[in-house]
Amino acid sequence: MAQALFRIWRGDAGGGGFQDYTTTIDPGMVVLDAVHRIQAEQAPDLAVRWNCKAGKCGSCSAEINGVPKLMCMTRLSEVNLDKPVIIEPMHAFPSIRDLVTDVSWNFRVKKTIKKFTPRHPDEEDGTWRMQQVDVDRVQEFRKCIECFLCQDVCHVLREHHMHEEFIGPRFLVYAAALEMHPLDTVDRVADLKKKHGIGYCNITTCCRQVCPESITITENAIIPLKERVVDAYFDPLKKFFHIL
Amino acid sequence: MAEYQTHPYDVLVIGAGGAGLRAAIEAAGSGVRVGVVCKSLLGKAHTVMAEGGVAAALGNVDDRDNWKVHFSDTMRGGQYLNNWRMAELHAKEAPARVRELEAWGALFDRTKDGRILQRNFGGHRYPRLAHVGDRTGLEMIRTLQDHGIHSGMEVHMECTVLKLLLDGGRIAGAFGYDREKGHFMHWPAKAVILATGGIGRAFKITSNSWEYTGDGHALAYEAGAELVDMEFVQFHPTGMVWPISVRGILVTEGVRGEGGVLRNSEGKRFMFEDIPDLYKAQTADNEAEGWSYTQGDKNARRPPELLTRDHVARCINREVKAGRGSPHGGVFLDIAWIKQHIPNAAEHIKRKLPSMYHQFKQLAEIDITKEPMEVGPTTHYMMGGVRVDGDTQMSTVPGLFAAGEVGAGLHGANRLGGNSLSDLIVFGKRAGEYAAIFAKQNMPVSANAAQIQAAVDEALAPFERGAQGENPYQIQYQLQESMQDLVGIVRVESEMQEALGIVDMLRERAMRSGVAGHRQYNNGWHTAMDLKNLLIVSEAITRAAVLRKESRGAQFRDDYPDKDPEWGKYNNVVRRGVDGEMLVEPQPIPAMPAELKTVIEEMK
Repeated sequence: MAQALFRIWRGDAGGGGFQDYTTTIDPGMVVLDAVHRIQAEQAPDLAVRWNCKAGKCGSCSAEINGVPKLMCMTRLSEVNLDKPVIIEPMHAFPSIRDLVTDVSWNFRVKKTIKKFTPRHPDEEDGTWRMQQVDVDRVQEFRKCIECFLCQDVCHVLREHHMHEEFIGPRFLVYAAALEMHPLDTVDRVADLKKKHGIGYCNITTCCRQVCPESITITENAIIPLKERVVDAYFDPLKKFFHIL
Repeated sequence: MAEYQTHPYDVLVIGAGGAGLRAAIEAAGSGVRVGVVCKSLLGKAHTVMAEGGVAAALGNVDDRDNWKVHFSDTMRGGQYLNNWRMAELHAKEAPARVRELEAWGALFDRTKDGRILQRNFGGHRYPRLAHVGDRTGLEMIRTLQDHGIHSGMEVHMECTVLKLLLDGGRIAGAFGYDREKGHFMHWPAKAVILATGGIGRAFKITSNSWEYTGDGHALAYEAGAELVDMEFVQFHPTGMVWPISVRGILVTEGVRGEGGVLRNSEGKRFMFEDIPDLYKAQTADNEAEGWSYTQGDKNARRPPELLTRDHVARCINREVKAGRGSPHGGVFLDIAWIKQHIPNAAEHIKRKLPSMYHQFKQLAEIDITKEPMEVGPTTHYMMGGVRVDGDTQMSTVPGLFAAGEVGAGLHGANRLGGNSLSDLIVFGKRAGEYAAIFAKQNMPVSANAAQIQAAVDEALAPFERGAQGENPYQIQYQLQESMQDLVGIVRVESEMQEALGIVDMLRERAMRSGVAGHRQYNNGWHTAMDLKNLLIVSEAITRAAVLRKESRGAQFRDDYPDKDPEWGKYNNVVRRGVDGEMLVEPQPIPAMPAELKTVIEEMK
C-alpha cells in the first residue's frame, strides 16, 4: 500500500499550526478522500466542510500546496507525493477551526446587490421569449458554485482586507449576470462604482485562474462592467457636453 | 440548566434545498415570521446535484403534452401506490411553478422560438424536462436562494436539529445546535416544515452527501408522525463506479436522454432483451427507432434505456452478476457513439452535458466524447417519508409539515426522473402556504424545559464517554455496509432479518459512542449525532420491506419476484408504538375519484 504524508493546518481564530498525518493512498483518490481517511482513523475532530464531492456545491475550498482549490476535485495523482502535501484553510476569511473558515461575509455582501427585476412578460400567458444566444453569456456566470476561491485569491481581499469597500470577483460576476440578464430592468452601475468598489479591481486575472468552473471572470464579467462604469462616469464627450 | 440561544418564529423551515427555500419564500410572502435552519451553507443542499431537469407539462416541445399525460406517467411509474391527489396537484401545478422560477431570474435553455426547452427522460411520454444543460439543480437552488434572501426569511446556516418539540399533541418548535460553535439553539415555532431531503447515507454506495442521514424522517417519527412507503428506496441505475473514491456519484439520466446507450462487456445493448409488459407499447424494439426518439421524432417510441430507473438498475445488476460487466463492476454507458449520426458530436456532447464531461475528465480521466463511461446503480432517492395530506402537506402531527424528498406520496413505488425538482417547488409552495395559515390560525405554544434538557443530555453524552467510547465513523460504516449488502437492490427475507439484528446491535454501540475534543465544528460529534436518525430510517426501511411480500417498483424481492395485485391496494405505514417499539402495518389506499380513473384509462 502506498503511503503519503499530509501536513494539515489545525487551529482556530486564536492560532494554530501544522500537524503531520501519514495515510494510505488508493488509485483515483482526491485530496478530500485523504482528509476523510485521516479524520476517520486518526483525527475524528478534524474540521472540514464538504458536501457533494463532485465539484458541484463549492463547499470544500482550501489551499493545497499554496494554491486555492476544491479538495474534492484535486486528484492525488496530480500532486507531488514525494513531499508533504500541505493543506490549509482559505486565507481571505477568518478561521473557525482547522480547514473551516467563516465565509458568512459573502452571504451579507450578496444581499447588498439589487435583486433581479424582470420586465413585463412578453406574452399574455405571463411568459417571456428569449433566444439561446442571448442567454448563453449569462449562463456562463450562472455556472458559479460559490466556492469563493476567487475571493480567496483576490489580493484586494486577501492582502488588503478591503472587505468593507470591495465586493470581490464572485459578486462582480453575480452583478454581471444580473446586468446582462435579458429580462432585468435595474441599473446597478452607480452601485458598482460607489458602493461595490469595482475600481479596486486591477484585473490581475488571479480569480479567473482559480475558478473551478472556468468562468472567464475578468474578461467576460468584470471588464464589461468596468466599461459600463466608464461610459456612465468618465466619458469625455459626455463631460464636454455637460460643461457646455 | 443548559445554555442555549432562542430564536422564535411563526414558521420554522428545516432544510434549505429547493423545497425548504420555496416553502420559506411562500410563508414569508404571507407576512409571518420565518426562520430557515440548514445543516450546510446556504445554496449547498443536494438540490445542486440534480442534473437532468424539472418535469412540467409545458408542452413547449411537444404540444400533445398536458397535465393528464404527466399525471398518468407519474402514477404508472409509481406502480399506482402514489397518493393520487398529490400526483394530480403536481401535474397541474408544475408548469406554473417552473414559469415562476423564470420570473425570479432562472435562465433555462431555449427552444428556437425562444421558449423554455424541454428534454426527454425516463418514463415521461413526451419531452418534458425544463433544463439548463446538466446543471438544472444549481440553477434552481441559486434562483430560490437569490430570490429568498430578499423575502425577509432569517437563515441559520450550519445548524443541526436534534429534536422536534411538542406542546401537548401540537408541534412547538425545534431544538438543536450550531455546527460552527457548538452552541445549543432553541427555535420555538407555531408550525414546522421538514424539508430535510433523503436518507442516502444509510447505504454504502450513494449519490448523497454526508447531510442525508434521514433527519426529517427520524425527527417526525420520534414526534409521533407516521411514515409511509419506507420500503421504496430508489437505486439510480447510473452512478460512477471508478475510481473507488467517487463510486456512487451520479451520472445524469440526461446522458441517455441525449442518445446514450447501455452495453455489456460483449457490446450488446442488453436493455432490448427485457422490456416489461406495462411499457411494451411505448418502447422501441429496435435501435433505429430509439435513436429517432432521442432526436425528437414524435412518431418514434423511446429506447429501452429510458425505461424506469428501478428496472434499468436491476438489468444492470443482472448483467454484472452474470459476468458481463465492465472491468470495475458496472456496465458501459456510451454517448460517444452518436458521432455515427451527427457531425461535431464532441462539441454537441460538451454543450448538452458539460458537467458530465467535466466530472469524468477530472475525476476518472475519461473523455466521454471519445470513450464509454463505466456506470452502476447507486442509492439515490427515498420515495418513502412523512405521510402528509396531499393538499396541505401537513403530517399526522398538528403543525408539522413536510415537503420534498422527506415528504412521501407523490412517487409511490418509484419516482420518475425530473419529478423530484418539480415536487420541491409544487409542494414546497403548498407547505409554506398552509404552514403560514396554520400559524396564523392557532394560539402560541411552548415546549416544557424537560424536553430541552433531555435533548441536551443526549447530545453531550458522547463527550462524557470521550475518545475511549466507540468510534462513530466506524459504526456508520458498518451500518452502511450492512444496508447495502442486506437491504439493497435485491432483497430476501433472511438477509433482511439479519439486517434487523445488526441494526439492534449498532444501536447498542451508538449508545456507547464517544468523541474527543470540544463542540466547536467537531465532525466526530456531528457524526455521532446523526447515527440515531440513520438507525431509525434503516430499521423502518427494513421492516417495511420485510412486510411487503412482493416485488413492485423499487422493491425487488428474490423470494417474491412477482407483483401481487393484492399488495397493490396497500401502503405500508410506520409509526412508533406506546412503548417505543416500531410498528409497521399495511393501510388501504383510498379509492381514486372516477375522473382520475378515466384519465388513466385514456392514457393507457
